[in-house]
Amino acid sequence: MTIQFLGKILQSPTVLASGILGNSKDILERVHENGCGLVTMKSIGPEPRDGHKNPTVIDLGHGMINAVGLPSPGYLNMENEWKQLEKRNFPLIASVYGGSVREYQMVAEFVSSKKPDFIEINISCPNSEKHGMIFGVNPQSSHDVVAAVKKVINVPLIVKLTPQAPDIGEIAKACENAGADAICAINTVGPGMVIDIEAKMPVLAFKKGGLSGPMVKPVAVRCVFDIYKAVKIPIIGLGGITTGEDAIEIVMAGASLAGIGSAVRYRGIDVFQKVTKEMETWLSDHHLHIEDIKGAAHKEK
Amino acid sequence: MMNTITDQKHIMLRLEKKQVESHGFATLFFNYALPFKPGQFIMVWIPGIDEKPYTISFHSENQFAITIEAKGIFSQKAITLEKGDLIGIRGPFGNGFNIKSDKTAAVVAGGCGMAPLATLVEKLPKTTTFIHGAKSKEYILYPERFDLERLFCTDDGSFGHKGFVTDILEKQIALGRHFDMVYTCGPEIMMYHVFNICEKHHIPCQVSLERYMRCGFGVCGACVCGKQVVCKDGPVFGSDALRDIKDFNTKALLKSGKDVDLSQYFSWRCK
Repeated sequence: MTIQFLGKILQSPTVLASGILGNSKDILERVHENGCGLVTMKSIGPEPRDGHKNPTVIDLGHGMINAVGLPSPGYLNMENEWKQLEKRNFPLIASVYGGSVREYQMVAEFVSSKKPDFIEINISCPNSEKHGMIFGVNPQSSHDVVAAVKKVINVPLIVKLTPQAPDIGEIAKACENAGADAICAINTVGPGMVIDIEAKMPVLAFKKGGLSGPMVKPVAVRCVFDIYKAVKIPIIGLGGITTGEDAIEIVMAGASLAGIGSAVRYRGIDVFQKVTKEMETWLSDHHLHIEDIKGAAHKEK
Repeated sequence: MMNTITDQKHIMLRLEKKQVESHGFATLFFNYALPFKPGQFIMVWIPGIDEKPYTISFHSENQFAITIEAKGIFSQKAITLEKGDLIGIRGPFGNGFNIKSDKTAAVVAGGCGMAPLATLVEKLPKTTTFIHGAKSKEYILYPERFDLERLFCTDDGSFGHKGFVTDILEKQIALGRHFDMVYTCGPEIMMYHVFNICEKHHIPCQVSLERYMRCGFGVCGACVCGKQVVCKDGPVFGSDALRDIKDFNTKALLKSGKDVDLSQYFSWRCK
């Protein structure tokens, strides 16, 4: 099922979420070979960063909690990877984070020169002391960082939002007004905490972490629904998408593409082709095309 | 309530017994019926310290153990644990060895690579050719453990043949020994040479790789090696996969995700 997104033809409406696998060209290529329409690199930061100590990722059965902590070689230390990625045969999102408007701009400008197909700015990560989320909960700061980044890049800009915003539609609108080309929602939910009662301490080394997987899907669907009401630009909807029916649901909320992350754990690296096939089956059973159902849950729209 | 799911949030266990092994090694025993296949690993959490992957080095119906070499902050803490101390485990993760117990096999162990091979050796026939090398005599792990003949070697000649496991493997093949399978674990450069010897003689080989890990179940991407995810697709890779892993014996990712030469990776990992 090929699909158009911001002028690119994708082999499927599935997207690899940032922070899942995306550590090298080889593994991104394998995800593409497994049916993913659009793959996202791990977020690139302004300086080298190891991330948090383990435990960083725990499966809770109904989803996961993680505080990996934005590890990154730093945008200036990825020459090997860029050299590899130059020869890629798949569309790519480069995800970027920073601690200030200036840092976002600096990293995004550099990354843009490496010609990814899209840049995503992560203004929504809950797992670092100072990075990202502060921008994504306030419309003015979201607007400022998007406008600043938009000025210095020459590929389409996707903005990744947090469900913690009091009014995510308002944030999305501010991003659209500042020149964002698409919205990606949602980042992980929370932060939450899991305490081990025998050890009498939080399980994650960072104590708090973002929730993902099936348990957050209703939050993701609601956020995409609110964003679709607020903006005209396309939405990558993600958060707990595990099956084709989940993907159909988030498309009905208003998403153009369905992102997949935690489901790589639950269904394997070929989850992208499985979800696509299940979407195709559902659509053909109902004699529908994906465009017919986008935003279908908004009767008034 | 008995936990039946072991690969999600940690199962908390109390240390049952600690056994001091050869130089710098200790084995920690826990009374727990862990489902397990040789070559798989568990994530071991010392609350307040860190969490690291370890292979199971002893396994019976109601008990298992991990063997730890004191090297970094985590492992130095781990070997000071005493009976009754609490640790968390999750797993087992990974594929484990594809055991062909009806075939003639060689097992090639180097240094702490002996630990993941120990439970495998116990499942293989007594006729298995078992080659075990270490830096020197005091680093030979489990010197008394197995009831099959072992061909020892050390870098300094303090025990067994002076030289490398690959010398012994080559010699056994030259003497006319036939192998249907070679299983190996040890320093990556050693495994790379073992693999190349196997390729030269058309012997299928299974290699257990090591990379820095976080989740243990194939989502975070910390341990990718070429197109393979070591924690999920591995850690054991057969010859077909190995031929395509261009990072085998060349590259690995640091904790930041930066790809570096293997020598730089191991100088960080072995700190």
